[in-house]
Amino acid sequence: MCLAIPGQIVEFHADQPLLARVDVGGVRRNVNVGLLEEQLEVNDWILIHVGFALSKISEREAHDQLQMLKAMGEDELAMEEVRGYTFAEESVAVT
Amino acid sequence: MKYVDEFRDPVLIGNVAREIRNTVDPARTYRIMEVCGGHTHSIYRHGLRDVLPANIELVHGPGCPVCVLPTGRVDDGLSIARHPGTILTCFGDMMRVPGTQGTPLELKAQGADIRMVYSPLDALRLAQENPDKNVCFFAIGFETTAPSTALTILRAQALGLRNFTIFSNHVTIVPAMRAILDSPDMRLDGFVGPGHVATITGCRPYEFIAAEYRKPVVVSGFEPLDILEGILMIVRQLHAGETKVENQYRRIVPFEGNPAALRALAQVFVLRPFFEWRGLGFISQSALAIRPELAAFDAEVQFELPGVRVTDPKAAQCGEVLKGVLKPAQCKLFGKECNPERPVGALMVSSEGACAAHYRYAARAQEQEHEQELEVSRGASGA
Repeated sequence: MCLAIPGQIVEFHADQPLLARVDVGGVRRNVNVGLLEEQLEVNDWILIHVGFALSKISEREAHDQLQMLKAMGEDELAMEEVRGYTFAEESVAVT
Repeated sequence: MKYVDEFRDPVLIGNVAREIRNTVDPARTYRIMEVCGGHTHSIYRHGLRDVLPANIELVHGPGCPVCVLPTGRVDDGLSIARHPGTILTCFGDMMRVPGTQGTPLELKAQGADIRMVYSPLDALRLAQENPDKNVCFFAIGFETTAPSTALTILRAQALGLRNFTIFSNHVTIVPAMRAILDSPDMRLDGFVGPGHVATITGCRPYEFIAAEYRKPVVVSGFEPLDILEGILMIVRQLHAGETKVENQYRRIVPFEGNPAALRALAQVFVLRPFFEWRGLGFISQSALAIRPELAAFDAEVQFELPGVRVTDPKAAQCGEVLKGVLKPAQCKLFGKECNPERPVGALMVSSEGACAAHYRYAARAQEQEHEQELEVSRGASGA
């Protein structure tokens, strides 16, 4: 339930400041970054929960978090979740 | 400890486990509650019980959202799906949670339009795409998840949507911890505090546990090493005779939490005077209702819900297991009438539920041991 998935920001959308395009294990989806106050940049890593960025994390921590999901047998579930995010896909060019 | 071998820090894990064994006082016992269902899952998955000394008892806490949701609320949510022209959406965890008349999955098979989503924003999108339908999101979760629901409601308001509602079952962990501490049959020595919840709440809300109840709280991560370190920090606090809130998960959890998320929660939700928790009963100020000014998005205002309280089947002892008074396998239904294929209680549904975790990792191992013992004894008696 409290699955937290690490992803890397690949793109921002000028017209939708609350959304960032994020890469999770090769799958790219939009994630809402409205819960983060800090300045975000392309290549930053974030922890994602139900379509929202919960916190900004380091690359090392993102890697560790991914390892943990694998160790918990939840990496497939995490990928399924990210693939399942479909909000705002229609307004963004598919990369 | 077969799963830990797959993990990245077997040496470190061994060191911390040894340090715990060397530190504990063999003359006393340590009852430590891991509050979060994610911790429960990790403890079972990685066989951490096997590396801890016998006088450390881990008590599984109430931090599993679907597990603490009372059946009456499941019925209320499913009643929304029976309204014509309605799409009910929920997370995958909810799909197999039994209400009085079946699970969301079973109701869907009977023709109700119930859809699984991975984000409340996906439910919002469904509302935009289906202007002639009412779309409701069955929201569950602790402080980790509630801010996402809050932002989704604010987004629906900004979009001026009139066909989108939220059935809020969001709960807050701190009042539940207080209820457990006040329960006469609970004797706990310390808490492994929730990791991702604290990402939002920070560590301050737990300070009363250290100050008023004199119990250590160590907010911990979910890796085996994190949990063992958390336990070691609790043991050390107990020996030093000092109680405080410590943050083992500093790399993720800021002490002050996530201020933007806390603001979103305050903007959208108010505390309910009381809310029923499965197994724990009614707990005051423990759940989040949508503010009256956002009533247009509140399913409890927009739909007439049965609101009938449903008691658990008498034989199921979910409450005792949730409070840690009984171990999962001590429930009369465990592994028999209640199993992951046909769960009677919600603790058997979610992978974070103590019963499902125990069934999946511990009970199987015990069964195999038992069978081996039987074979040995049959061999010895020549039978």
